[in-house]
Amino acid sequence: MSNAPSDLAARATPEPVARRIRGLSDRAIAWIFVGPTILILLAVNIFPLIWTIRLSFTNFRVNRPNAEVEWVGLKNYSRVLNDPDIWMSMQATAHFLIWTIVLQVLIGFSLAYLINKKFKGNDMWTTIIVLPMMLSPAVVGNFWTFLYQPQIGLFNYVVGFLIGADPSSFSMIGDVNLAPWSIVIVDTWMWTPFVMLICLAGLRSIPDSIYEAAECDRASKWRQFWTITIPMALPFLMLAVLFRGIENFKMFDLVVQLTGGGPGSITELTSINLKREAFEKWRTGYASAYAVILFVTVFGLASIYVKALNKVKDR
Amino acid sequence: MNSKLLTTACVGALMTVAATTAQADDLTLCWAAWDPANALVELSKEFEAQSGHNMSFEFVPWPNFADRMLNELNSGGKLCDLMIGDSQWIGGAAESGQYLKMNDFFDANGITMDDFIPATVAGYSEWPKGTPNYWALPAFGDVVGWTYRKDWFERPELQAEFQEKYGHALDVPTTFAELQQIAEFFQGREIDGTTVYGAAIYTERGSEGITMGAMDVLYSYGFQYENPDKPYDVDGFVNAPNAVAGLEFYKSLYDCCTPPGSSNAYMSENIDAYKSGQVALQMNFAFIWPGIEADANVGGGKSGYFPNPAGPDGDAYAQLGGQGISVVANSESVDAALEYIKWFAEPAVQAKWWELGGYSALRAVVEDPGFATSQPYAQTFLDSMAIVKDFWAEPSYASLLQASQRRFHDYVIAGNGTAQEAMDGLVEDWIEVFDDEGKY
Repeated sequence: MSNAPSDLAARATPEPVARRIRGLSDRAIAWIFVGPTILILLAVNIFPLIWTIRLSFTNFRVNRPNAEVEWVGLKNYSRVLNDPDIWMSMQATAHFLIWTIVLQVLIGFSLAYLINKKFKGNDMWTTIIVLPMMLSPAVVGNFWTFLYQPQIGLFNYVVGFLIGADPSSFSMIGDVNLAPWSIVIVDTWMWTPFVMLICLAGLRSIPDSIYEAAECDRASKWRQFWTITIPMALPFLMLAVLFRGIENFKMFDLVVQLTGGGPGSITELTSINLKREAFEKWRTGYASAYAVILFVTVFGLASIYVKALNKVKDR
Repeated sequence: MNSKLLTTACVGALMTVAATTAQADDLTLCWAAWDPANALVELSKEFEAQSGHNMSFEFVPWPNFADRMLNELNSGGKLCDLMIGDSQWIGGAAESGQYLKMNDFFDANGITMDDFIPATVAGYSEWPKGTPNYWALPAFGDVVGWTYRKDWFERPELQAEFQEKYGHALDVPTTFAELQQIAEFFQGREIDGTTVYGAAIYTERGSEGITMGAMDVLYSYGFQYENPDKPYDVDGFVNAPNAVAGLEFYKSLYDCCTPPGSSNAYMSENIDAYKSGQVALQMNFAFIWPGIEADANVGGGKSGYFPNPAGPDGDAYAQLGGQGISVVANSESVDAALEYIKWFAEPAVQAKWWELGGYSALRAVVEDPGFATSQPYAQTFLDSMAIVKDFWAEPSYASLLQASQRRFHDYVIAGNGTAQEAMDGLVEDWIEVFDDEGKY
């Protein structure tokens, strides 16, 4: 028997699976494994999407099984786009989205930068900081509802103490000016640790040798931060923004628990508004059009963003 | 006993058990998770013993009740055989064939709607309204009324101060103007070392809270849902000056006299505010009254009850609550479910229902000479049930309700715009809904 490397390699190569299972090619076996997954994906993702698009052109209502379903063309889309309440929800969502992302990125990156410094107990601090994101949003919403209570809430007490006001003189979730900020504060408290963790991964991926070379070139810390740290951590930061952006666009449970969309409709985000249309008013066709518009918006924005992200990564 | 006789006896016993088992059904009754539901569980034990059927219960907390149960009905689920659904659902459930029509069953079993409080028949059973088509048996009569701190009202120093300030006695208010004076009087007052407030009213945004509260006032101010001579003609009625004045009053009551942070309060929040000694007055459905009486802090004579006061023109109406019990058309145990309804309609069962804390709608129970004095709140319940009005029971009630929730909350709690703008906006919303429904 030859012990040439090529023969050894040939002997080490496993016998094709197809040869062992008579009558099946490798391709067929691959399909047997992948097929069920594709079917499930089609059933739970693609079919509902196509069905939703179809329903969006009808006046179908799920609570009227006996009613005749009519094809209404683009009427639902036109009504959604001309509905001032929906534009208000879009504004509320944009406000929530922008401020939570700005605050979470700033605070999350700062925390990651601090945690990344070698100091005693930084692992313990990391664990403590990430605790809020491990909680259920419904629990967090309920918990903060108590904290925001004007009469017994710790938040009001602390803020009242700091600004020298009576804690019961202001209501974070009952005041139309404060309510949007009340949900921004809670979401930031809950999800900044997530951004911090991603940023921390980015910071730890920067080789020390680059900083050492910069030190040799007598670059200041400030210069190192702007020319090494930020550019190299940027893809991770952008990834965090993408995750939080998509997640917060869908935000529902936390806000429902905290404000229920009120006072008035000031915190009624698109997800809450859509749920009211679909599962409270039961305007299924209309809600489908609404959902399709939101899907296209998120998908479009996310696609543009991912392209930008890839460009940054490839730099 | 010889062995042959013993064998015969055993076989006979087994056959009896087998026969009973063959007829026994498993019934599931769906309702909201609240105190009356617990009373119904207790009451239903008699039905189980009598009929041999097994009863299961699916109770859902109020904030999720409509979502969960309407999903069940709309999806054609088989979870519920019997449904104690909200009064507003009747129209939709009837038109979609989700509830069984009861007329033939009532006729065959000698159940007549004349035996029930007329308002509950109209509110919980009929569709279309005003026609003898019945989709439910009135199960739980309920209405918005008021609870007050009788022990505070009886304090001589407070009585004297109130008399001096307002020129009349601190007593149960008969008009909303008097109610607001009382609420103002208590707002921010220190009683037994604690700061207390005026009134806990409905302000909830998510489901139906603020509509139930505001409507309670608006009715007494003369609000009408539509032109009495022309159905679905809402413009000029919903936004009439008296209705606008009613909404303005509700906002002024919210602004002047509610505890801080009560911008999203419904039944349970108001109960908490009252039981914890925060407020002098509480707006709430009558179902809470047995619980108030039994409470260590505010029960046992410390609380009193009164029906909705009158508006500026002397009219007094109250928001109807409560529900009827229906058989779900999709049930696989329709006969057993109907058996339950028949049993539940019996006067003796209805009397026990009241004893256990359920509000019977049977006239034989509520018109019994001893009823009014049977509980401290019994007379108030009767007075309130005599002045009820209900929200739209249309199939599109949810769209109509969501519109009023938004418009009322936007004006009363968020302070946006004027009452006239809110009511004009509501008219626009409702016209759009009715237009979609092909009502014009």
